[in-house]
Amino acid sequence: MRVMAQMAMVMNLDKCIGCHTCSVTCKQAWTNRSGTEYVWFNNVETRPGLGYPRTYENQEKWKGGWELTKRGRMKLKAGGRLKNLMTIFSNPILPSIGEYYEPWTYDYSTLTDAPAQEHTPVARPKSLISGQNMKIEWSANWDDDLGGATETAHRDPMLAKIADKVKFEFEQTFMFYLPRICEHCLNPSCAASCPSGAIYKREEDGIVLVDQDKCRGWRKCVSGCPYKKVYFNHRTGKAEKCTFCFPRIEVGLPTVCAETCVGRLRYIGLVLYDADKVLEAASTTDDTGLYEAQREVFLDPFDPEVVRAAEQAGIARDWIDAAQRSPIHALINTYKVALPLHPEYRTMPMVWYIPPLSPVVDVVAETGEDAEDTGNLFAAIDALRIPVEYLAELFTAGDVAPVDAVLKRLAAMRSYMRDINLGRDPDASIPAAVGMSEEEMYDMYRLLAIAKYDERYVIPPAHAEQAHSLEELGTECAVSEYGGGQHDLFGEGSGTPTPIAVENFQMLQDRQTSDSLTGPSSTKGRVNLLNWDGKGSPPGLFPPTGPDS
Amino acid sequence: MNQFLFVVFPYLCLATFVVGHVWRYRYDKFGWTTRSSQLYENRLLRIGSPLFHFGMLGVVGGHIIGLLVPQAWTDWAGISERAYHVVAVAGGLLAGVMTVVGMAILIYRRRTVGPVFSATTPMDKVMYAFLGVVIVLGMWNTVAGSILTIGGEYNYREGVSVWYRSFLAFQPDAALMAQAPLGFQLHALVAFGLFALWPFTRLVHVFSAPVGYLTRPYIVYRQRDDAALGSHSPRRGWDRVGG
Repeated sequence: MRVMAQMAMVMNLDKCIGCHTCSVTCKQAWTNRSGTEYVWFNNVETRPGLGYPRTYENQEKWKGGWELTKRGRMKLKAGGRLKNLMTIFSNPILPSIGEYYEPWTYDYSTLTDAPAQEHTPVARPKSLISGQNMKIEWSANWDDDLGGATETAHRDPMLAKIADKVKFEFEQTFMFYLPRICEHCLNPSCAASCPSGAIYKREEDGIVLVDQDKCRGWRKCVSGCPYKKVYFNHRTGKAEKCTFCFPRIEVGLPTVCAETCVGRLRYIGLVLYDADKVLEAASTTDDTGLYEAQREVFLDPFDPEVVRAAEQAGIARDWIDAAQRSPIHALINTYKVALPLHPEYRTMPMVWYIPPLSPVVDVVAETGEDAEDTGNLFAAIDALRIPVEYLAELFTAGDVAPVDAVLKRLAAMRSYMRDINLGRDPDASIPAAVGMSEEEMYDMYRLLAIAKYDERYVIPPAHAEQAHSLEELGTECAVSEYGGGQHDLFGEGSGTPTPIAVENFQMLQDRQTSDSLTGPSSTKGRVNLLNWDGKGSPPGLFPPTGPDS
Repeated sequence: MNQFLFVVFPYLCLATFVVGHVWRYRYDKFGWTTRSSQLYENRLLRIGSPLFHFGMLGVVGGHIIGLLVPQAWTDWAGISERAYHVVAVAGGLLAGVMTVVGMAILIYRRRTVGPVFSATTPMDKVMYAFLGVVIVLGMWNTVAGSILTIGGEYNYREGVSVWYRSFLAFQPDAALMAQAPLGFQLHALVAFGLFALWPFTRLVHVFSAPVGYLTRPYIVYRQRDDAALGSHSPRRGWDRVGG
């Protein structure tokens, strides 16, 4: 047994309202630079839909991830090492910019510079790739909220697998949102595809990163990743990917996408796993067995033997404690409501999802029946094959049984908790019907519905003795160098890097863990411009001037 | 003059080549990339790039054999001058044609595809000029010198190759090169010019050919406290005062 710790995420899809706040804040933090205009480390897809880049899930076309050879050995779907090197001069399976979208801006200056004229001036879209006028035909969210679904949704690779049952008619439509970040896989095929060895998995927390100094821009990771979550920066010629906001994670803060999530649907925590069993689990013959196989790789952090092995492997005590309190472990292994995204790619993804019950609830509610009654919901889960099979294509390689089980647990929780909230006697037969005790069901409800900040994000900070090398703490004095950091750079790359978490850790923790909606008690440093009459300077905007000025 | 052209200048270029690479590797690892433009355009690249690169590998291989293997060795192995010549010209012609056609496609692409052209730096253009001239001259030497025998037959293995080996052994003999046909002289001079430019262009990607990929484990693990991580590298302890 070789115990390793992995920082992982679970997203509760029932809570996602598709507001794209995660995408926007992530972009502001990480990819608001030229060369990364089309790069979305986090994106939110409407499903059914084509995804981003378009039809990325069609591995017959894009050949991402792993496959089993006839002899049962793992092989990159794009081909072995030699083939990988032979196609290095022109990657035959690299998505073109058209599969993402051509980024653009608008010619805003015509709006302000135009002379007085009869017609309103128009800001025309200009391509950020070629600089020419362009026609906007696609973007990262073109099919948001099923927009244009009658035209495009039939090309959804997952829908195609159950297509004989689906006629995309409006009255039969279901939809939900799927926020996606890098999966930080246990068996990452991007890293395996990288000729330079620039993509690595961190031993401490399993975060998969691209070493920008070692990357040579061969683009093999882009095609190797079945989730298409490694992007090519066309300005720097290097690959970039979601970093799991490692500078924030190292000081115990959640990722930007999780921090800013309006629906509070993201959970972050540690999972302990047995690194020796990863390859064996990933080589499971049957695609539908991969979900269970991956769960088998995870270790029970309460098992004394596991704790001992973890300590021997150099995992600190507070990390083991955090693994025991981990919401991820609870959702995946205790309550068994979280499922991996596309386990059939055999990369052992580590961002898991609680499938949405809402497509089922919506249908029941529309019929006028009681949509919180276990009987109705269970019957609907059994009857509504289309949404359930679609979810199974996403999360269990097409096996309906685990999805059924999860949805029934969620449905049972819904009706069990309704009795409690309405002051009726709780019905113990409801949890029993899905194999849970009443106490377990209540705990699951707590975690899914009302878990506070420090329950949703159990992130042990990296160890203080390593503080010097942590990104966020920046123990080197930046002030020592007047006039900015990197002298040899001009423009957007210049100056000292701004930390990702500008808010002080303690301040943030106070704010997030307080139950009140009020701000911090001290308003020092705040400026209220609303009651400023425009004369003089508003109080607090400038530091107080000396007596002699 | 010959002393300058075929001794001093090549050594200057070689020195720039070596020192330049060391410097670039130490100070600009981030810039060390192929700067691929495949994202912008794929149709032409798909034909042009493999043609050019595989052709180039053949050309480089041919140069290594032609320049570094003395004629005495092949004579000793019983390969006649005629047989060697036929194989060398046939192989060189094949690789050369691949390279030239590939390069033509790539240059056409670079000029006509808008996004690719706007991603082309001035240094790229200079490099393309040098590389193009070297390749065209090399092709001329093969076609005109060895096949059409314009200006008489010239056995480079008794002239240029010997000079090149003497050059590498730091006992240069400029006279051997001075007797070579103009085409060979120019080819060598422009090539050395290209070597001098090399470390400052995208050509550095040649030295990151990922042969290690064939033997390394698929998944790379690294520890966090690697000095390469993070945008803050520890400052030098001996920072100058003032300045």
